[in-house]
Amino acid sequence: MTDPQTLDTSQDTPQHPEDTQPVDKQPAQQAPRGAFAYAPAPESRSVVAIAPSYGHFIDGEFREAAGGKVFTTVSPSTEEVLSEVALGGPEDVDAAVAAARRAFGPWSALPGAERAKYLFRIARIIQERSRELAVLESLDNGKPIRESRDTDLPLAAAHFFYYAGWADKLAYAGYGADPKPLGVAGQVIPWNFPLLMLAWKIAPALATGNTVVLKPAETTPLSALFFADICRQAGLPRGVVNIVTGDGAAGAALVAHPDVRKVAFTGSTGVGKAIARTVAGTDKKLTLELGGKAANIVYDDAPVDQAVEGIVNGIFFNQGHVCCAGSRLLVQESVAEEVLDALKRRMATLRVGDPLDKNTDVGAINSPEQLARIRELADAGEREGAERWSPSCELPASGYWFAPTLFTGVTQAHRIAREEIFGPVLSVLTFRTPAEAVEKANNTPYGLSAGIWTEKGSRILWTAEKLRAGVVWANTFNKFDPASPFGGYKESGYGREGGRHGLEAYLDV
Amino acid sequence: MSDATANGATGAAGNTGRGAAARLSVLKTYKLFVGGKFPRSESGRVYEVADSKGNWLANAPLSSRKDARDAVVAARKAFPGWSGATAYNRGQILYRVAEMLEGRREQFTAEVAAAEGLSKAKAAARVDAAVDRWVWYAGWSDKVAQIAGAANPVAGPYFNLSTPGPTGVVAVLAPDTSSFLGLVSVIAPVIVTGNTAVVVASERAPLPALSLGEVLATSDLPGGVVNILSGRTAEIAAPLAAHQDVNAIDLAGADAALAKELETAAADNLKRVLRPQAGTDWAADPGTERLLAFLETKTVWHPMGV
Repeated sequence: MTDPQTLDTSQDTPQHPEDTQPVDKQPAQQAPRGAFAYAPAPESRSVVAIAPSYGHFIDGEFREAAGGKVFTTVSPSTEEVLSEVALGGPEDVDAAVAAARRAFGPWSALPGAERAKYLFRIARIIQERSRELAVLESLDNGKPIRESRDTDLPLAAAHFFYYAGWADKLAYAGYGADPKPLGVAGQVIPWNFPLLMLAWKIAPALATGNTVVLKPAETTPLSALFFADICRQAGLPRGVVNIVTGDGAAGAALVAHPDVRKVAFTGSTGVGKAIARTVAGTDKKLTLELGGKAANIVYDDAPVDQAVEGIVNGIFFNQGHVCCAGSRLLVQESVAEEVLDALKRRMATLRVGDPLDKNTDVGAINSPEQLARIRELADAGEREGAERWSPSCELPASGYWFAPTLFTGVTQAHRIAREEIFGPVLSVLTFRTPAEAVEKANNTPYGLSAGIWTEKGSRILWTAEKLRAGVVWANTFNKFDPASPFGGYKESGYGREGGRHGLEAYLDV
Repeated sequence: MSDATANGATGAAGNTGRGAAARLSVLKTYKLFVGGKFPRSESGRVYEVADSKGNWLANAPLSSRKDARDAVVAARKAFPGWSGATAYNRGQILYRVAEMLEGRREQFTAEVAAAEGLSKAKAAARVDAAVDRWVWYAGWSDKVAQIAGAANPVAGPYFNLSTPGPTGVVAVLAPDTSSFLGLVSVIAPVIVTGNTAVVVASERAPLPALSLGEVLATSDLPGGVVNILSGRTAEIAAPLAAHQDVNAIDLAGADAALAKELETAAADNLKRVLRPQAGTDWAADPGTERLLAFLETKTVWHPMGV
């Protein structure tokens, strides 16, 4: 994988030769803004050809919605209409599930080694077409090209490679001698990592012999439709992968469909709870990857510059549209001032703007609805008495934008310390003792991720053990890998994706 | 104990028909087991428990919603200590429970025989199986991390480990079909990994469960790790399924309609739910399903380098 490190790599050693692209190695010391007025370095969008309209991908073919309805998808950075896609309803879901059911018998009967080869092919084609897909993803989602290019695409390919290798080794996975697939998997994914979430869902499902109906998010359907073309290029049998585009109604119909044997959802905790209620009393297997309010704990002995890079990466990566974002900074009181000064200096160097510019650190907010929610919560932070700070930063005139924002003087009772903002907004709290840090970190209904910054190994291990979170990053943040299980405690959902653990969700065990 | 009855309480027969020398037996007042103590139900209510032929055996506490909430408080309070204990320590304590059960074999055999209408030999076999099962689970304490954990070979210079940890407070509805073997089969896997439990005993046959509380109380198990309630399953389970501080629920003792209702309520704080499986054979090899159902996987990353 390429490191999903977005803003700087100084907190860790470079991972791969290709990772050593030039980046700012040192946070600037009060650098004048002019120092960062780099000439634009735009990625060409000519590498991607977006059709004016797309249908559902069902049974190996694109088709219009049964009701003939469409909706548009826009580029959040320019509000330009990119394409028009089918608005799915229950009839479309029915057709897709029926196609997946027909395909299930032969697909699950294939020897694992043969299924593996299809997944390897898909992984290779994603790699070959990664530049095209990265540009597409940045256009449709608003994320910086550097992140789609260096994080989303390499990781999406890596997930197919990883699970391809499991397809013929399931007997060794620890789930019995001959674990069976479940049938049709209904998968609903969010808009923050459209193609990567697709890979997280589809790769393990296909490797274990299931067939899928996937509904991409309403605001980011395009990369899933391009993925349909990759399935065609790979010669994947008809009906093994079906894509139904649409809004929440299509997702609800998919989750409730009686022929769906497994439901996988990544998205908000509210929708996750509704899905859990829908699935109650059935024999559908369910995994949920939901919200988070991760604490990033900085102890007084942490290396400040590295910690600051980790904090910035933790909350401003992907505009903070990350369920495991480090949205609560818990900094030890004795170093709070020093850390905050360094953090503000570093934030002043973030470049917000055109996602297709390779210099861009922070792209566009995905939708006007999300922008409104971020604004509402940030305003609540001010109303409730926290102090708001943003670097001076010019936002583009069109599109949906929110400046990187820091709140100090936050208490545990503030909404900005309790609710998931899902935007580039960091709430800073302080603590005095490790026990207090752990107590504050765990004081949330969520339990997806956490960060720890300290030079002391025993303190890392003690803290990691006490934290009620599924992923704990020590002296790093926002690292992902297909070999590494990811998922939450408590209201962050159940089940794990990635690694050997990720197979369980798709096997009858 | 020569009588077929569980506890020496031979009911109406206890003080007649054995001649003038017949000793009046001492009846047992069954109580709940909450926070390491033996309270009566907060409600002051009891219900009659009968053997398989309908003969009165004892009065069991009819727990209220308040009892359920008190039990959750006790379980939450016990969680940090129990989950923080070493696996070796937890294994030792579970094994100690098995030792104490073995010593009370006769008592449990009589209770199981009465509850399930079994011959003494068959009841004894079930009790033996339950003790053996408890021992089996005791041995899992320091092995589960090795079979359910992972060292993840990520593509970067990171030390990356996944380890299983307890989910937290688990509500357990004990099965109605097996008053002791079934009961042990649902409690032991929950607590061996560091969870704490609120157990709703079989509504029909709660006495072996309430007696198990006495064994647990004298087995070095910290108070609150296991809390046992008796009463109407549906009535006690509803507040447990809806409780914001319960992390998981095992629906083994719920019928299909109740299970659906409870699973729906459990969605409110995204409790982990283990659905009931009709026709579970409690004597069969349980595998690791119940053990793994109440674990969370925690993955810790750290950079490597010099």
